[in-house]
Amino acid sequence: MSTATAQSSPGGPGPAGPDGPDGSRRRGAPPKVSDRARKLRPYLLSVPALVVVIGILYPFVLGAYYSILNYTASNPEPHVVWFANFASVLKDPQFWASVRVTAIFAVAATVIETVLGVVIALLLNRSSFVGKIFERVLILPLMIAPVIAATIWKLMFNPQFGVLNHVFGLGTFDWLSKDTALASSILVDVWIYTPFVAILVLAGIRSLPREPFEASDVDGAGWWYMFRRLMLPMMWPYILVAVIFRFMDCLKAFDHIFVLTAGGPGLATRTLQIGAYEDSIIFQNFSRGSTYMFLLWILVFITAKYLVGVLGKAQRRAAGAEE
Amino acid sequence: MATELKPGQKRLTPGAIFADIAIVAWFVFALFPILWMLLLALKNDAQQTSTYFAFSPTLENFGTVLSQRGTDLTSVDFKSAILMSILNCGGAVLVSLLIGIPAAYAAGRYRFKGSEDLMFNMLSFRFAPELMVIVPLFVIYTQIGLFDTVFGMIWVLQLVTMPLIVWILRSYFEDMPEDLEQAALLDGYTRRKAFTMVALPLVRPGIAAAALLSFIFAWNNYVFPLILSDTAASTVTVAITKFLGGGGQAYYNLTAAAALIGALPPLVLALTIQRYLVQGLSFGAVKG
Repeated sequence: MSTATAQSSPGGPGPAGPDGPDGSRRRGAPPKVSDRARKLRPYLLSVPALVVVIGILYPFVLGAYYSILNYTASNPEPHVVWFANFASVLKDPQFWASVRVTAIFAVAATVIETVLGVVIALLLNRSSFVGKIFERVLILPLMIAPVIAATIWKLMFNPQFGVLNHVFGLGTFDWLSKDTALASSILVDVWIYTPFVAILVLAGIRSLPREPFEASDVDGAGWWYMFRRLMLPMMWPYILVAVIFRFMDCLKAFDHIFVLTAGGPGLATRTLQIGAYEDSIIFQNFSRGSTYMFLLWILVFITAKYLVGVLGKAQRRAAGAEE
Repeated sequence: MATELKPGQKRLTPGAIFADIAIVAWFVFALFPILWMLLLALKNDAQQTSTYFAFSPTLENFGTVLSQRGTDLTSVDFKSAILMSILNCGGAVLVSLLIGIPAAYAAGRYRFKGSEDLMFNMLSFRFAPELMVIVPLFVIYTQIGLFDTVFGMIWVLQLVTMPLIVWILRSYFEDMPEDLEQAALLDGYTRRKAFTMVALPLVRPGIAAAALLSFIFAWNNYVFPLILSDTAASTVTVAITKFLGGGGQAYYNLTAAAALIGALPPLVLALTIQRYLVQGLSFGAVKG
């Protein structure tokens, strides 16, 4: 179908076609459509997407509504109990244990992934022979399903037959015990998602203008100075985007932790989403599960708002730094 | 190693060597689990727990996983899971493309009232805790009979595929110079023709990247099929975790073989069109 575009190929960036400089906004172009229809067009194009948005928004609102009901599988005709669920959940030490696990997991995983991801991106950006080979496979852990990744890791963690204990000579070290399960879950998260940070940051580094670096190279600035004063401030927005994506995702981590430990042993890895799963799907207490989720959603929303604010500031500062 | 210094070229300094070692260290860590999955999948039943790196490889496990014998052993119908994964994810991506391309075009081309809101809503799906939606959907699905159906899965997977497709394609449409379409309009094309003959072919790489990336993420999804399907529409990811199963004998080699089969489509795509996937990922995130 490329014949249709041959006339005005994307290679030529100049004004396309014979219409001249004033051609782009000429009125009375061949398709005679009223102004009204023209204004409506974008809305019409978006209608199907909107329907889907509403189709998803409806259960979402319903979920919020569940949190003020006493809806369980054994109580199919619920009535409104207002904030009773919230009161009972907020008084429950299990809930706070979940908050703690979620917070530790999210902060630790995000910090480790960001630092490692930035370092890997910087190393790959040096474009050595070794880096060129490996860049092609950088994305692999990210593309494998988290569930599959967790399955492989669970096999490797196995105390008796697992390859990790064999290679490191750890005997029958239990990677998923009460004390180690959370750290092991973070390790698996780091394995899966560090490439995500590295890819974003690498794309960011490569889009930076060259001139400031060349100028300060001529001035004889050291590597560390250039990194701190030039690269880091200019890269900061990209790093922050990665941090936002990772932190938000970590707050609602489920798949790989669920496969590794199903939230155990005890409450050791029971994140908020796993807690909600237990309450609403296993114990069929839909209202309680929804309350968990509503509280998590508030947490996600507040942190998202805060982080996006930080991002905006960083973007403005980076724009200033580039000029 | 005597290296001659040429002006303007980087040398083999201790720092550079250290950097290469660090990269190799990361990739040993990153690739070992994948290699291990492959090794384990090639082991026979007798050797699966008694050997580590030296063993006599066999391809038997893949056959077992896909056959009735595997189903009898592990009570997992892996073949049906693969078929369902393809149907669910393929369907979800198709629906998302049909619905998402016009919306992405509208958002990329026109600045209209509410366009940012629509886009923001799309993005916020990505950050909403899935269970917030799944729990009510679980109740609704069981009531209206969508539980454990392909249609139900396609519907809920829109949550995964739609935001990705709309966000990635919007930036492609934004980056496309408007002059091209204007020229087509002046040449007597209708709006629709200008869109299908000029705009659409130009963003074809973007469409491919967005479609494949969202297919991978749909394929990899776990919570939706875990909760909203049982046996009829259940997918590969759910099936693989069942291999690890609680009671009875553990089939580590079969688990690894199943995991490898389940990881194959994303891995093959990642190795062949890696550049587009990376571009799609960074477009979806950085520009959003």
